[in-house]
Amino acid sequence: MATMNTVSASGPISSNLMLRIPCPHCGLRDYSEFRYAGDAAKSRPALDSTDTRAWHDFVFLFDNPKGAHREYWQHVQGCRQWIVLERDTATNRVGHAYLARERGRP
Amino acid sequence: MKALRLPTGGRVDRSRVLSFKLEGRALTGLAGDSLASALLVNGIRVVGRSFKYHRPRGVLSSGIQEPNALLTVGLGGRRTPNLSATTVDLHEGLECERQNGWPSVDWDFGSVLGLFSRFIGAGFYYKTFMGPTRRAWMFYERWIRRTAGLGHATHTPDPDRYETKHRHVDVLVVGGGPAGLSAAVAAGRSGARVLLVEQDAALGGSLLNNAVGSDDDRCLRQLTEALTARSNVDICLRTCAFGLYDGDTVGMVERVEQADVLPGAAREVLHVVRARQIIFACGALEQPLVFGNNDRPGVLLAESVRVYLHRYALRLGQKVVVVTTHDSAWRVAMDMAAAGADVTVVDGREAVDASWLEQARQSNVAVRLHALPVQVLGRNWVTAIDIQSTHDGRHERLACDLVAMSGGWTPTLQLTTHTGVRAVFDTTLGLHVAGSLPAHHTVVGAMSGRPLASLAEAHLAGERAARQCGAQGEAGVCVETTFSAPPLMASGVRTSVSSHAKAFIDVQSDVTVADLDLSLEDGFESAEHLKRYTALGMATDQGKNSHHNGLRILAERRSQALGALGTTTHRPPFTPVTVGALAGRSVGLHFRPTRRTPLHHWHLQNGARMIEAGPWLRPWYYEWAGSDVGTAYIGEMRHVRSAVGISDVSSLGKIEIVGPDTGTFLDRVYVNNFSSLAVGKARYGVMLNDDGTVLDDGTTSRFGANRYFMTTTTAQAGEVMSWLEFLLQTVWPELKVHVVSVTDRWAGFSLAGPLSRAVLEKAFPQTDVSGEKLPHMGVLETEWTGLPVRIARLSFSGELAYEVYVPADAGVAMWTHLLDVGAFADIRPYGLESLASLRIEKGHVAGLELDHRNTLDDLGLAKMASRVKPYIGQVLSQRAELKAADRWSLVGLELIEPAGKLRGGAILFAANDRIEGHGRGYITSVTWSTVHERLIALALYQGGLSHLGEEILCAYPLRGEQVRARIVSPMFFDPKGERLHA
Repeated sequence: MATMNTVSASGPISSNLMLRIPCPHCGLRDYSEFRYAGDAAKSRPALDSTDTRAWHDFVFLFDNPKGAHREYWQHVQGCRQWIVLERDTATNRVGHAYLARERGRP
Repeated sequence: MKALRLPTGGRVDRSRVLSFKLEGRALTGLAGDSLASALLVNGIRVVGRSFKYHRPRGVLSSGIQEPNALLTVGLGGRRTPNLSATTVDLHEGLECERQNGWPSVDWDFGSVLGLFSRFIGAGFYYKTFMGPTRRAWMFYERWIRRTAGLGHATHTPDPDRYETKHRHVDVLVVGGGPAGLSAAVAAGRSGARVLLVEQDAALGGSLLNNAVGSDDDRCLRQLTEALTARSNVDICLRTCAFGLYDGDTVGMVERVEQADVLPGAAREVLHVVRARQIIFACGALEQPLVFGNNDRPGVLLAESVRVYLHRYALRLGQKVVVVTTHDSAWRVAMDMAAAGADVTVVDGREAVDASWLEQARQSNVAVRLHALPVQVLGRNWVTAIDIQSTHDGRHERLACDLVAMSGGWTPTLQLTTHTGVRAVFDTTLGLHVAGSLPAHHTVVGAMSGRPLASLAEAHLAGERAARQCGAQGEAGVCVETTFSAPPLMASGVRTSVSSHAKAFIDVQSDVTVADLDLSLEDGFESAEHLKRYTALGMATDQGKNSHHNGLRILAERRSQALGALGTTTHRPPFTPVTVGALAGRSVGLHFRPTRRTPLHHWHLQNGARMIEAGPWLRPWYYEWAGSDVGTAYIGEMRHVRSAVGISDVSSLGKIEIVGPDTGTFLDRVYVNNFSSLAVGKARYGVMLNDDGTVLDDGTTSRFGANRYFMTTTTAQAGEVMSWLEFLLQTVWPELKVHVVSVTDRWAGFSLAGPLSRAVLEKAFPQTDVSGEKLPHMGVLETEWTGLPVRIARLSFSGELAYEVYVPADAGVAMWTHLLDVGAFADIRPYGLESLASLRIEKGHVAGLELDHRNTLDDLGLAKMASRVKPYIGQVLSQRAELKAADRWSLVGLELIEPAGKLRGGAILFAANDRIEGHGRGYITSVTWSTVHERLIALALYQGGLSHLGEEILCAYPLRGEQVRARIVSPMFFDPKGERLHA
């Protein structure tokens, strides 16, 4: 079984396909404990940006990639942390997950 | 013809006679019978009528593939349609009825349809009800729905409980036949946590088809003994694995034994199993042969005849013809002969193994080689069969009272294909076998297509799977067996000759060879098109009896190799699953979590009628004010406007926000400014979505330099909390702010009415709540019996009003305290209906108006937005489309015709409009106004208040109503706010 430190789904666990998400705090948890919030790779305009086109594209235009995807999930019924999850949209294979607030840190 | 129950043998308990009823008729069977065997022993030959032609149908099989014997079982709320009698265990008191016959299955009027069958062939719906004749569908629909179809579900609530179990195992073995048992024994001995699942009521699979006391029977006993002793092996019987899902999750449903009898037992249990290794040992399904009238009662799958003989001690016929194209049916012939039947084997092959011929000679079994069945005679039971030599075309008629047919066996691959691994055609075996599965999935036994490789290989697979999970124990040696199984399918053999009678490929969807030919003629040639055009394989058996024959005949017709056609897609569920099992405990109030306020029981004990508000149960109205909501809410409104009322608002979302950057954070989230809010003050705030529409509103108070207390609407509480967390964690992680949901921490009450301050003064004599100390939008923290109390002077109703917050545990104490001290002012509780009505009178927007489609302008809130700071949603809220003058925006409506009614959802039209289409807006909220003594409403109307004073029409097509109303200001009451500032 998954233990707290096997958070990366690329480890030896065979059941690393989908429906369980490796929460960096809580370990491998069922996806039904999470909420989904779309593409995490999009860059959000700065709050004081008045570029209507940039805001429009950010809010309304989405890629629909087949394959690798980085997306936001929140562990709403667990630690409430927002995480960035790597998932393959074609195979549902789940990769690495990390806390959204730690993005950009080395 | 009555099936003969043999005096000895079988796996039934002759000492336990069970009574059951078929359509009210009392019948008996034995413990160990299936409903199907019990019907057969009672001479019930016709068990149903076919879907389209209403032909009489009898039991075809003895297991999960049964297409005909679908019965409705149970009474009242327990009535369950479409259960296969072959998988229902007979139990005392069982009540069942047959389906799809009128006036009865035995005398069915619909069978005259057979006479018109040339008009209702493949594609009948598409051809008849398209284009100009489409309107005919309206006329014929009722008639068609009545004659086509299966059983009827009940309309009364299901009294039973259904459970869900989540299980995690090392090795899951699907199938309790010899291969599955062998794999489970090896994995279990190795020490892995094993779950063995078997859909039958007993372990053994094909081993149960043999005579009691045979070698195979001894093999079964050894295997089960090796298993049941182990604590690390769990066995689920009567449990069907119906779907394989992502993450190696397997869905299974368990039919609980004697659920009808045992009090409190769940009727069915859904097992959601997560396995590290899966061993598929699902076996193989025998396929019918295709010939004329092959659907007649008395034509059964050959191996099923053997199952009824050895398992249920039933000899289904005295004069038996076995029609086959391969070896396994010969065993059936020999066993039936041994049971005293007069048997003829008709085999389509040129030659068969000499040992079979020798056995046939010894058993006095007649043999016809290179001959195939043409058609069966007899209507409600078979009386004879015509066969034809493939050499000289000579016909022969064999009188008989049972036909046992076998077109070979196909591996039960469905589960392996659910995650997208398509089956592949093995040309050597002449079969579809599992495609390339992931390394931790293994197929063993007959399901692999190679039954002779069976037990040792399955044993090894079990051991290997256990090793992969880290189990190190000794797997021991494989159970010794004399077990032998013939190949599943003889390839390259002609299996059918043409016949003038209806030759069914799919008995359940009533698809014949002629339908397949018509489909080809009409241009639907691929396997997928054929399936959709003819409904082949689309009935509840999901092609278990027809998929193979459909593909085989299609390949013949198109002169293509069977492997070149591909297969249609199998999707879960493998067998039908009840909605009850899938829903489990998530029914009624448990459909989602139900939230109760700390005062819930006080409300119930004091005359409150409750209502669902989002996930919450809240007081709707109190009986002191009236016996129905219509009178009660008006009484409550009057009381609040004239004296004082108290209402439970604990369900409001409450979020504690702390940290040095809180002001900055709130300035970004809200359209208005909060960093400038003075300590000890509250402010009404509105937040937008990124797209510029309104997300939510509420008041936020400042209790300290770095400490704010936000309230949200009840409906959006979860959404707003999640949104704030998203912003802090992903967009502005540098802000030093913490948000904590404290909705459950605080009980909250609204105290409203001209006498509310007087009540507050009495309740908190040590605290100064005067107008100077606590003006409108002022807040303070105080104590009561040592507990923290927050008081905010806010008004939702337009009256002088306060919100009082205390720790949830002290909710009831504070509530009764306020009622006690307020007795002098005749304080009364009021419910959600009057709370909402008071706000309509005051013109406050709420959930019904905040539907994520409206802008600040639409709701008359534009002046709140800051012009000096950026906030979320600002840029897109300025889009030209959202600023257009003809957008639907907030207005008040006053009913002009006293006899009419304003209704929520009514569609609004200008006075001279034609009443059609979506109109110019709609009514969001309606109430009786105690101030104006008439019905008033809030509405969204095209152009909004620029139409002030105009008379419009409110149409309510559901009731055919139209009433006139006048557009007025949404602030119906005290527009200058004198009362709330009092």
